[in-house]
Amino acid sequence: MTYEEIHKILKEKFGDSVGELVNNPPSDPYVEVSAEKLFDICLELRDNPELDFDYLMCLSGVDFPENLQVVYHLYSMNKKHKFVLKVTVPKDNPKVPSIERIWRSADWHEREAYDLFGIIFEGHHNLIRIFLPYDWEGHPLRKDYKEPETYHGMRVPY
Amino acid sequence: MEVFNIFDKLLGENILSALVSVILPLIFLIIYALIAILGELKISAWIQERLGPMRTGPYGILQPLAEVVKLIQKEDIVPAGANKLLFNLAPYIIFAGSFAGFAVIPFTAAFVPAEINIGLFYVFAVGAFAVIGIVMGGWASNNKYSLLGAMRSASQMISYEIPGALVILSAAVLANSLDMQKITALQSGPFWNWFLFGGPGDWSKIWILPFTVLLSLIYMVSSLAETNRTPFDIPEGESELVAGYHTEYSGMKFAMFFFAEYSNMFIIASILAVVFLGGWNSPFGSFMSGFWWGIFWFIIKAMFIVFIQIWLRWTLPRVRVDQLMYLGWKVLLPFSLVCFIFISLYRIVY
Amino acid sequence: MTTTKFIDIDFSKIESDRMRLNVGPQHPSTHGVLRLEVELDGEVVTNVIPHIGYLHRCFEKIAENMNYQQVIPYVDRMDYISSMNNELPYVMAVEKLLGIKVPEKVEYIRVIMAELNRIANHQIAVATFGLDAGAFTPFLYLFRDREYILWIFEKASGGRLLFNYFWVGGLANDVYPTFKEDVLNIVKQVRKTNKEIEELLIYNKIFIDRTANIGVLPADVAINYGCSGPVLRGSGVKFDLRKDDPYSIYDRFDFDIPVGTGEVGTVGDCWDRNIVRMREMEQSCRIIEQAVAQMPDSGDVQAAIPKKIRPPKGEVYFRAENPKGELGFYIISDGKDKPYRVKGRAPSFVNLSVLPEISKGYLFADLIVILGSIDIVLGEVDR
Repeated sequence: MTYEEIHKILKEKFGDSVGELVNNPPSDPYVEVSAEKLFDICLELRDNPELDFDYLMCLSGVDFPENLQVVYHLYSMNKKHKFVLKVTVPKDNPKVPSIERIWRSADWHEREAYDLFGIIFEGHHNLIRIFLPYDWEGHPLRKDYKEPETYHGMRVPY
Repeated sequence: MEVFNIFDKLLGENILSALVSVILPLIFLIIYALIAILGELKISAWIQERLGPMRTGPYGILQPLAEVVKLIQKEDIVPAGANKLLFNLAPYIIFAGSFAGFAVIPFTAAFVPAEINIGLFYVFAVGAFAVIGIVMGGWASNNKYSLLGAMRSASQMISYEIPGALVILSAAVLANSLDMQKITALQSGPFWNWFLFGGPGDWSKIWILPFTVLLSLIYMVSSLAETNRTPFDIPEGESELVAGYHTEYSGMKFAMFFFAEYSNMFIIASILAVVFLGGWNSPFGSFMSGFWWGIFWFIIKAMFIVFIQIWLRWTLPRVRVDQLMYLGWKVLLPFSLVCFIFISLYRIVY
Repeated sequence: MTTTKFIDIDFSKIESDRMRLNVGPQHPSTHGVLRLEVELDGEVVTNVIPHIGYLHRCFEKIAENMNYQQVIPYVDRMDYISSMNNELPYVMAVEKLLGIKVPEKVEYIRVIMAELNRIANHQIAVATFGLDAGAFTPFLYLFRDREYILWIFEKASGGRLLFNYFWVGGLANDVYPTFKEDVLNIVKQVRKTNKEIEELLIYNKIFIDRTANIGVLPADVAINYGCSGPVLRGSGVKFDLRKDDPYSIYDRFDFDIPVGTGEVGTVGDCWDRNIVRMREMEQSCRIIEQAVAQMPDSGDVQAAIPKKIRPPKGEVYFRAENPKGELGFYIISDGKDKPYRVKGRAPSFVNLSVLPEISKGYLFADLIVILGSIDIVLGEVDR
């Protein structure tokens, strides 16, 4: 299936929650979806036998100057097609529904995005830091991150 | 009764002869341990296409000495939460258990440190002593890896005593004795008189030939398990339990464990040599036999078995704890029982 | 061939006090600084909680402050035992953003190098897996052979482990004159040793008993957890990016995708994951032979690219088949000479997340074997 066909199916089902397909090569085409409907859209993408996206390739957080973004790269093992979803959330309330129950691979990816960007995935069963110490402050991959001077009395800048 | 200890004859039955009889095996044990450590290093290197230690002395032959010096210098660490008394006692108990076994090893026709008529039984009894030391050390270390290793070790060593003991029992039935010197003396003559090939006797021994060969293999396997050597080294299986019961030991106390392991290897090798390979007997009948030749043959046979143990260690992967129990209780035990019954029947008939 | 079932007791029915055991960060077989919080019921594992991050250096943050070319050495350090394979998707992602095509010779050298490094990686994987099961000698045999491969890398790039050899638009430098003969000799040697290893380790009864029917990972669970590479193929899923989503010039070569078949146990057990790696070495040898035969002798090793790499605004997700699985790079460019965002989708990171799922209910010694069969590199897990 092409990106357009997948987009059409989603658009029919979810209406305004699904944005327009943005396609400007060499970038991969992508679709912006609203955070509220994300879980249902992902469930549809996985369970609709025509779409059959059973494999979450990558989940990345991105920090743009105005807002935060989560990018989902999906793949179907059987149908061999790809799709890219994007969810944009404001910086002061970065809440995205967790899709960990749909694709288990999202579990650690979401923890990583939470750890490094501070995006809160609602409904995640164990949303704790994954790389940094559990009591670390701040989210390093944000562009405005300032590393702390000390951590438990140890100097941080190296 | 014939006097087997030459020192009793030379010096009379006094404290001096007893001292000499004790110190000689200790000296032998130290020299043997150094050679065996070097052997382990060099044989493993040879198997793995390496050179092994080459820097200490010509071809690295002084490496074991260097290691002993290093171990003596090392700091003796006692973990904070450990039970000090038991922690310090354990390595010596293990070593004492294995060294006590040397008391009845017949090195040659005229020398066995302690002449007792239940030698085989005695070796088994003091061999089981090691379990106490291992459990003691594992528990007293206050380390979960040590505890797991000690638990595994206790179950493993006790399980494997049983097939081992059955093998020895069969041999005792065949030889009509538990005296290691007598068992050896019975097998004099050419090598087909060894118990590996059915022992001395006429052609009727062909009936028990497969059973004696099987028995020696069973003893080989179960003694490997009893001394915690690969493929049965699960109590100290380094990939999961770091070092098992001796994780927390350092310096000389660790060296004691190490020493005890090598001395145990020699003890089981000498039991095998005595019971199945004719001990100090020459394989060619009266050719090349005698007091000094006896020592030579005995040590050659024992060292060959030590070599096999080292060879196996560097070839095979490690089994798992339940597979080990399976092998002990469901394979070795029934087979050794069958062998025992057949050999007893043979003794009744012939 | 069937394996003996050693225990017919359902361990979950025997209840006793649970013991919490801390495996790592310093432990002989955690393959780096991984910490596992293991809950044991006697010897039976009831729960595993992996704690990672001990090697975290935030490669993604560093990459945002480097220009595109300078990121490559950091990419090397992700999966430090298959660096060539790490560089490949990164440079190809940037090339895709720039819209350039590299010369033919470069493609061939890249494929040969990547496949050699795949062999080197699988040799380590099989070797350490054997070590986890207690077999020490095969470990040294395989490391000896890996050394020959590293010599080729050293001659070509100057580095033994971290190469910085694939550059955006080409290679750092051309290969040396006797490169082809050396590579063909390696292929011969790898085949010889693999045969030896199969006899010594793979079909050893004890080794089969230790690894067959252990850590069974069903195919649907593997896909749902995002597993890739030998872990996924061991579960019987025929998925290899070199065939299913071809990149570079992999569509020109004839090779098979080995999958786990449950030859000695269940499909998706530790033995299957390991044998997939063994068979993949053979397939890599085939690719290398074909590539050496087709490779042009002369030609440029650098495409014409601007001195300062400034990709147009855009984003790209490029994935390639790393020895450990799907290694993807998600790169966002804002038109400047530094990437706006680089995300590495590390295969070890995703594969490791399946460990708690497949190790419950097995014995503690099995946990180590299962961990070894997943083949992780902590440099990549923690990035």
